[in-house]
Amino acid sequence: MKIRLDHVIKTFETFRAVKDVSLEIESGELVALLGPSGSGKTTILRMVAGLEYSDSGSIHFDTQDATDIPVRDRGVGFVFQHYALFPHMTVAENIAFGMKVSKVKREKAAIEARVTELLRLVRLEGLGDRFPAQISGGQRQRVALARALAVDPKVLLLDEPFGALDANVRRDLRRWLREIHSELGITTIFVTHDQEEALDLADRVVILKDGQIVQQGTPEEVCRDPKSAFVMKFLGDANVIAAEVRDGKAYASGAAIAVSGLPDGKAELYARPADLDWALQGPGIPASITRVLDRPDGRRVLATAETGEHLELDVEPERSVKAGDGGFVTLRRAKVFAV
Amino acid sequence: MRRNILPGLRLSLGVTLFYVGLIVVLPIVALILKAASLGPEDYWRIVSSARALASYRVTVLAALGATVFNLFFGLALAWVLVRYRFPGWRLVDAMVDLPFALPTAVAGISLTALFSANGWFGSVLGNLGITVAYTPLGIMIAMCFTSLPFIVRTVQPVLEDLDPALEEAAQSLGGSDWAIFRKVILPLLTPALLAGVSLSFARCLGEFGAIIFIAGNKPMSTEITALLIFIRLEEYDYPAAAAIASVLLLTAFVMLGVTNWLQARALRYTVKG
Repeated sequence: MKIRLDHVIKTFETFRAVKDVSLEIESGELVALLGPSGSGKTTILRMVAGLEYSDSGSIHFDTQDATDIPVRDRGVGFVFQHYALFPHMTVAENIAFGMKVSKVKREKAAIEARVTELLRLVRLEGLGDRFPAQISGGQRQRVALARALAVDPKVLLLDEPFGALDANVRRDLRRWLREIHSELGITTIFVTHDQEEALDLADRVVILKDGQIVQQGTPEEVCRDPKSAFVMKFLGDANVIAAEVRDGKAYASGAAIAVSGLPDGKAELYARPADLDWALQGPGIPASITRVLDRPDGRRVLATAETGEHLELDVEPERSVKAGDGGFVTLRRAKVFAV
Repeated sequence: MRRNILPGLRLSLGVTLFYVGLIVVLPIVALILKAASLGPEDYWRIVSSARALASYRVTVLAALGATVFNLFFGLALAWVLVRYRFPGWRLVDAMVDLPFALPTAVAGISLTALFSANGWFGSVLGNLGITVAYTPLGIMIAMCFTSLPFIVRTVQPVLEDLDPALEEAAQSLGGSDWAIFRKVILPLLTPALLAGVSLSFARCLGEFGAIIFIAGNKPMSTEITALLIFIRLEEYDYPAAAAIASVLLLTAFVMLGVTNWLQARALRYTVKG
């Protein structure tokens, strides 16, 4: 099922949550809506589901205009942030709910068979008789997914699906959701504020800010080529260094890097910790080390530049650096944005 | 005893238990002892006399009727108060507590005035051939009035805390409004409804002030049990009063036991396994 949003706008009271968003999602795609809180990502998801109506604009499922179709007839599966399992029903009853209330009458045996099949799909065989209060958060999440899938939705929508789980469970479920998606091939949109989650899981990442799409593309595209300082900062740790552009080069106190397509003048240089390196000789940004943080996969050096800027850089585990050392921060690569 | 982190357990527990003993247990014990001072034969004769039986019948039936009425009406009122905001909402919400605040005798007199043959409601209903004042129906209406807040106030907070996502989930799964109410909302409200029902029913059994004005108090037809106890007291027949009162007490206990059991059953799903 292909989804198309056309100039969608949504306002709550006076707060404009979604400002003129247009977005196309291909059939079978797994798309992440990524943004900080208040960026409108959940509102977009809820409008696709039919849990909110847009003020203007349209939402199409394939060629059908779904803008005014109520949620119960829209044929979407929605997984809520806190799962919203029915606490008084067992796991099996939760999964069967959609089939039981459906206008399409099903045989009791057919429902039971489908529940068993879904329990196997989400790897919860034998837990059908438990109540939601009796299973773990990760298991609840999987019940919620099975319940949404039970009604054979054309589209699967997940709101911060792993937000309430601890890191290990989250990583497992992420891989597992990816597997289920490739098994079923169902068009899936999920909302997250966690860039790592979006990049790990999605075919395509849509980055939102203040109710607007600021960039979209494959994880590779948005990581390698962020189009704005916001995207650069939002996708991961970034050092910000004041710079000046002259004749196709950006200069930042002793360091310089080639840039293209920027006018001469003031600019900001963005570099990931791994984009910087530490050297005893210049050219580079003169700095002194204030602290070294040791991590399993390397050493993070916190340094203060002579200009007073605080910089963070990653060096390999064997490198001998210590607090108080003086030297130069060198640029391996960086993104430069005009201010 | 396991050491407790919270301070003041012994003192607060002691004071509370003493208070409960003094104000609740002691009168009940006195009542039972007084009733027990009768021999089993006398006791049985008094509690199963035709007049007493008639009073149980009218009291329990009217209390059941009033409770069932309040179950529906109280749920509807709680629903409206939680789900909608309308002009005068605050006033309606405050009015729910009025039966608690109003002296029951005042309520009884106003209801009698309204429903008597020449009252505002009574004259209209009279034309339709319905008499309320001085009939069991009048008793039921007085009970409805005084026990209304129980169900509203037990259901309201539960309804307010109901996660809207549950209903949204049920909608996204294709449930109709009626299916969602019946299969999702109602089961979650059941424990609160049961609590409200048991309180409301117990209050109806014991209600006195609001009823005696409108009931007519004809022995064998509109005389409630509480009034019969009062009459025995007036006659200084304390053992007989205590005997009849012990029947009400037992009924209230059984009722509380049954509703507690039903509530525990309805809340099975919250037990961690």
